[in-house]
Amino acid sequence: MKKKQKITLYRIIITAVMLVVLQFLPITGIPRLIAYLAAYLVIGYDILRKAGKGILNGRAFDENFLMALATLGAFFLAIWTKSGDYLEGIAVMLFYQIGELFQSYAVGKSRKNISALMDIRPDYANIEKDGKLEQVDPDEVAVGSIIVVQPGEKVPLDGVVESGNASLNTSALTGESLPRDVKEGDEIISGCINLNGVLKIRTTKEFGESTVSKILDLVENASSRKSRSEAFISRFAKIYTPAVCISAVLLGIAVPLLRMAFGMDAAWVDWIYRALTFLVVSCPCALVISIPLSFFAGIGGASHEGVLIKGSNYLEALSDAKIVVFDKTGTLTQGVFEVTAVHHNTMDEAKLLEYAALAECASSHPISKSLQKAYGKEIDRSRVTDIEEVSGKGITAKVDGHEVLAGNAKLMALHNIPYNDCHSVGTIIHMSIDGEYAGHIVISDVIKPHSKEAIQKLKHAGVEKTVMLTGDAKRVADQVAKELGIDEVRSELLPGDKVNEVEKLIQNKPKKANLAFVGDGINDAPVLTRADIGIAMGAMGSDAAIEAADVVLMDDDPMQIAKAIKISRKCIGIVKQNIVFSLIVKFGCLALTAFGLANMWAAIFADVGVMIIAVLNAIRALKYKK
Amino acid sequence: MKKTYSIEVDCANCANLMEEATKKTAGVANATVNFMTQKMIVEFEDGQDAKAVMKNVLKACKKVEPDCEIEL
Repeated sequence: MKKKQKITLYRIIITAVMLVVLQFLPITGIPRLIAYLAAYLVIGYDILRKAGKGILNGRAFDENFLMALATLGAFFLAIWTKSGDYLEGIAVMLFYQIGELFQSYAVGKSRKNISALMDIRPDYANIEKDGKLEQVDPDEVAVGSIIVVQPGEKVPLDGVVESGNASLNTSALTGESLPRDVKEGDEIISGCINLNGVLKIRTTKEFGESTVSKILDLVENASSRKSRSEAFISRFAKIYTPAVCISAVLLGIAVPLLRMAFGMDAAWVDWIYRALTFLVVSCPCALVISIPLSFFAGIGGASHEGVLIKGSNYLEALSDAKIVVFDKTGTLTQGVFEVTAVHHNTMDEAKLLEYAALAECASSHPISKSLQKAYGKEIDRSRVTDIEEVSGKGITAKVDGHEVLAGNAKLMALHNIPYNDCHSVGTIIHMSIDGEYAGHIVISDVIKPHSKEAIQKLKHAGVEKTVMLTGDAKRVADQVAKELGIDEVRSELLPGDKVNEVEKLIQNKPKKANLAFVGDGINDAPVLTRADIGIAMGAMGSDAAIEAADVVLMDDDPMQIAKAIKISRKCIGIVKQNIVFSLIVKFGCLALTAFGLANMWAAIFADVGVMIIAVLNAIRALKYKK
Repeated sequence: MKKTYSIEVDCANCANLMEEATKKTAGVANATVNFMTQKMIVEFEDGQDAKAVMKNVLKACKKVEPDCEIEL
C-alpha cells in the first residue's frame, strides 16, 4: 500500500471506532453534535477541502462538492428535525472512502500484476572482460559486442549466436511453451530465457531497438489508444453528474413547491432528503474506472499469450471480426517447399531422390534446396559432372556416369522422353536416367499442422466467413482451401490485387462486421493497413510487420488468431457487463430513491458495491482460459 | 512534437477531466491521459515551447483535480 492509501485506511479505522464508541456514549445536545462532527471531519476533511477548491475553480458539479453537500445536508436535516441521527452523513462518507481506497488499491495491484506478466525486461547483460564476466546495463552494450548468456538468464539483446547451443524458453514472448533450440549462427531475440547451455551472442541491435524494448513499448502504449466504449463512458460521465444534480434540485425544491401549489403538505424534509440521496450516487466512478481497467487487463493478458494488441480500439474491433482473410503462403502454409511425394517407376524411391538431389546440387533454388533436404545426407559433389541448367525447364547432369535429366514436362518433351502426368498438386520434377523415364517427385508448400483446427476454432469463435488470397495457381489454391475448410478462395493474384480483393470484401460486408486480414507481414503491409484489423503473424523480430499491423502474433501458429479473437470477445463482454450492470444499479437506485423506497444507506451501499463488483469483474479480463 | 509525461492521479474520471483540460490548453494539439499506466501523452502544436505549455497544462489540471501531479 502507498502512503496515501495507508493514511486513508487509518482514517477509516479511527472513524469506525469513534462511531461505535459514540453509539454507547450517553451524550446529547450540542456535545453530541460536536463529537459526531469530529468523526465526520476525520473521514471527510480532504473531500471538504477539495470541494472548496472546486468551487473556487468554478467547478460546482465536482463529485467532491456533491459528496460534501449530501453529507453536510444530512447533518443539517438531523439538526433541523432534532432527531439527533448524525450517523447517516458520516456513514456515507465512510463508505465512500472505503470504496475509493478499495479502488485505488485494486487498480494499483492489477497494474503491478500486469507488469509482472510482461516481465521480459532484462536487468543486465554479461560482457566478458579479462576472462571475467561483468554485468552491465543492456542500454550500454554497443552493436556488435559479444555478450554471454548463462542458463537461467534472459537474453538481453537481439543478436546472432556466436558459439554454444541451448534451448530457449520463449513463452513470455510467444505464449508457446515448447522450448526452441538454437545453435551457432542462429538468430536470437531478446526476452527469451536460456534454459541450459552457455551462449555467446554477437549483438545486432541496440537495446532501444531490440525486440524486448519494442514489445514493452507497444504494450505500454496500447491502452492510450482509446476505444469507442471509453469515449462513450467519458461522454456519459460528463452528462451524468450534472443530470443527477439537476434531478436532485427538482426533487428537493420543485416537487415540494408543486405539492404546495396543489394544496398538499410540502413535506420539505422528506423531499430534500431524497434529493441529497440522489447526490450520493452522482459520482460516475464505478463506470469510469472499470472500462480502462478491463482494456488494460485484456491487453496485458493477451500479450502474455503472445498476442500483442496495439490499442484498446483494435481490441474492440477484433471482437467484431466476422470475416477473416488469410494470405496463404507463410500464414496457413509453412512457406517452405518440401518433397511431399515420390512417384517412382522401377527405381528405388530413395535412389531416385538421391539422383535428383545430386543433379540439383549446384542450384540454390528453393526447389533444389527442398530436394537436398529430402535426401538428407551429405552430398558428394565429385559424383556429379557436366551440370547444365536448361532455363525454365530443369537440369541435365552426369551422376556416377549416368545421364540424369531433372525438370518439368517441357524438359522431357525436349528430350523426347515419354512421361506420366501427375494428378498431385504442386511442382512436379520429372526424372529420366540414361534416356529412360524414372518417375517424378512432387514438391509442394506444406500446410501448417494447426491450420485446419485453427479455421474450425475461428468458426466456433463466431467468424462467419473465411477467405484465402494467394498468388498460387488455382488448382493448388482450391485444394488447400478444400482441405482446410475455407469458404472462399481468390487465386492467381498479383501482390497489388490483394488490396483490391480486400477492398471489395470490405465494401460488401455487413456494416457491423469487421474484416481481419492475416498475413506474415513480409510483403502485405498495404493489405494489413487497409483491412479493419491487420494481423501479422510470426512477427518476432520483423519490424515492418509490427509497424504495419494492428495485432501482432508473436508465434506463427494460426491457432493464435482464434485465441486473439476469443480474448477480445471476453474483454469486450466484460466491458459491456460492467456498463450495463453499473447503469442498471445506478438508475435503479435513483428510481427507488425518488419514490422514497431507498435511503442514504442503500444508496451508498449500491454505489460502492457496484464499483467493487465492476473492478473485480474487470480484473477477470487478465486471465485467458485455454 | 509528441512528449510523454508521468502523472499521478487517483481516480479514472479525474484522468478524463485532465485529458479534457489539457486538450483545451493553448499550444496543445492533442492529448491522451492513460489512467492505467499513469502517463500523459501530449502533442504540441508546431513551434510551441513544450516547457511553457506544460506549465499551463499543469495549472489547468490542478484546477480540475487538485491532487494530481505531472512530472515535468
